[in-house]
Amino acid sequence: MNLFRRLTILIPYLWLLVLFLLPFLIVFRISLSEPVLAMPPYAPQFDLGEGWAAFRDALSQLSFANYVWLTEDALYRNAYFSSLRIALVSTFLTLLIGFPLAYGMARASEGLRPILLMLVILPFWTSFLIRVYAWIGILKPEGLLNQFLMSLGLIGEPLTILNTNTAVYIGIVYSYLPFMVLPIYATLEKMDYSLIEAAQDLGCTAIGAFWKVTARLAVPGVLAGCLLVFIPAVGEFVIPDLLGGSETLMIGKTLWTEFFNNRDWPVASAVAIILLILLVVPIVLFQNAQARAQETGS
Amino acid sequence: MSGRWTWFNVTSVVLGFAFLYIPIILLVIYSFNESRLVTVWAGFSTRWYVEMFNNQGLMDAAWVTIRVALVSATVATVLGTLAALALVRYTRFAGRTLFTGMVYAPLVMPEVITGLSLLLLFVSINMDRGFWTVTLAHITFSLCFVAVVVQSRLVSFDMSLEEAAQDLGCTPFEAFWKVTLPVIFPAVISGWMLAFTLSLDDLVIASFTSGPGATTLPMKIYSQVRLGVTPEINAVCTILIGLVAIGVITATMVTKQRAVADARARQADPA
Repeated sequence: MNLFRRLTILIPYLWLLVLFLLPFLIVFRISLSEPVLAMPPYAPQFDLGEGWAAFRDALSQLSFANYVWLTEDALYRNAYFSSLRIALVSTFLTLLIGFPLAYGMARASEGLRPILLMLVILPFWTSFLIRVYAWIGILKPEGLLNQFLMSLGLIGEPLTILNTNTAVYIGIVYSYLPFMVLPIYATLEKMDYSLIEAAQDLGCTAIGAFWKVTARLAVPGVLAGCLLVFIPAVGEFVIPDLLGGSETLMIGKTLWTEFFNNRDWPVASAVAIILLILLVVPIVLFQNAQARAQETGS
Repeated sequence: MSGRWTWFNVTSVVLGFAFLYIPIILLVIYSFNESRLVTVWAGFSTRWYVEMFNNQGLMDAAWVTIRVALVSATVATVLGTLAALALVRYTRFAGRTLFTGMVYAPLVMPEVITGLSLLLLFVSINMDRGFWTVTLAHITFSLCFVAVVVQSRLVSFDMSLEEAAQDLGCTPFEAFWKVTLPVIFPAVISGWMLAFTLSLDDLVIASFTSGPGATTLPMKIYSQVRLGVTPEINAVCTILIGLVAIGVITATMVTKQRAVADARARQADPA
């Protein structure tokens, strides 16, 4: 094996081991500790300089107490369920808006498609924070949406949307829409339109042909899109923090509060580990889909 | 796929784009509002842009952000390109499954987890938090995005070109540098741009890994947004949106021109 090949593998491998895998092991280890008023704020500490006995003693102090507490406390349980529910509903809504958009784009003329594609990607490059922030001015009680609806005479008094779960749904759908549209568009664009014509020639109605041909062929794209929206949405922090209210329980926000406001590093770590366990199945599904797509060269 | 563009298609595309763009357009319009009340229009003015440039805290944060983004995007591009090479070329090496997992997992990992885990790493090795910890964190998550972008270009690369270069006396590194790199260069550049914008944009990971004196622009914007919407923040956002739009549109036009030039070259020389 030559040196260049060895370095090509070794450098990124070591980097990811030290800065990606090792940190997770540390999170796991701290999740088994207790919070203390010190810096760093958890105990026990491991110090091999103090000898083997002290090390073993510290090891025996590690416990799963934080996990037991997290499963017993209704607040955390509700936060997990509510995150999953909010992510699920938002993924469904994103699909509802994203599919017709991707479908329309795929059926546009050859010349128009690259422009439409760039228009979908462009907001993705714009700051996430800015896009969430833009909605605050729109959804506020005295905001632009309420002004608009009231000037039309549709509503008599301002709707309360900001600081509710509705605002969180809007924020997630808006922020993650490109992630849904792009994979669906990629599968639909490659599709052979003559298949639909053939189905119609054989007696399918337009809707029947759509359902039996287009929808079936779009499944890989839909699946990839849904995973790309669902996984980050479960752990979302910025959107529930800025658009949601006190009723909005999401696990990303809980972790942030435990860490920054309560300064409870062990509980924050345990919250992170449980969140990771919840996401293992969708993440593995996503990785397999990604690896397959890369290997077939699409 | 093509076929007729039905009314349903046109409506869904128009409504979809309206949904994507109206909030951004409103934000830009209201950055030129005279009034301090963001939602009441009181005439055109550029006073918030002047105030923004006079806001020292904001300018310092912008400078930190740009430095972090430049350094992290460049290192991430080198590492990500290497990772892509390893994934595409070397299908058999010890721990390849773990390696593949570590490259794809950060793409979908919730930011709160990445941020927390990196912070705990920096604390346990007693590293002072600041510019370098944020930069290291940004390199780590954006290298994976670069790897995916470069990888998708590498799979269609004809390996026999590099083998030919090696037969003609190049070392493996020279063959990569002189033959492969020029071919995959557009993907490397778009990887760099993606890494740069990811770094500019990141709030959560930076909040965990940053320390005193290394407040980034998103952190600054976030702390002000929590206090309410201000026209000054609208002005900052408008400038960021403008820069990104110019960058993306230029990049798209350059790659398009290159594609057109390539097509012409092929036509002129059918061999």
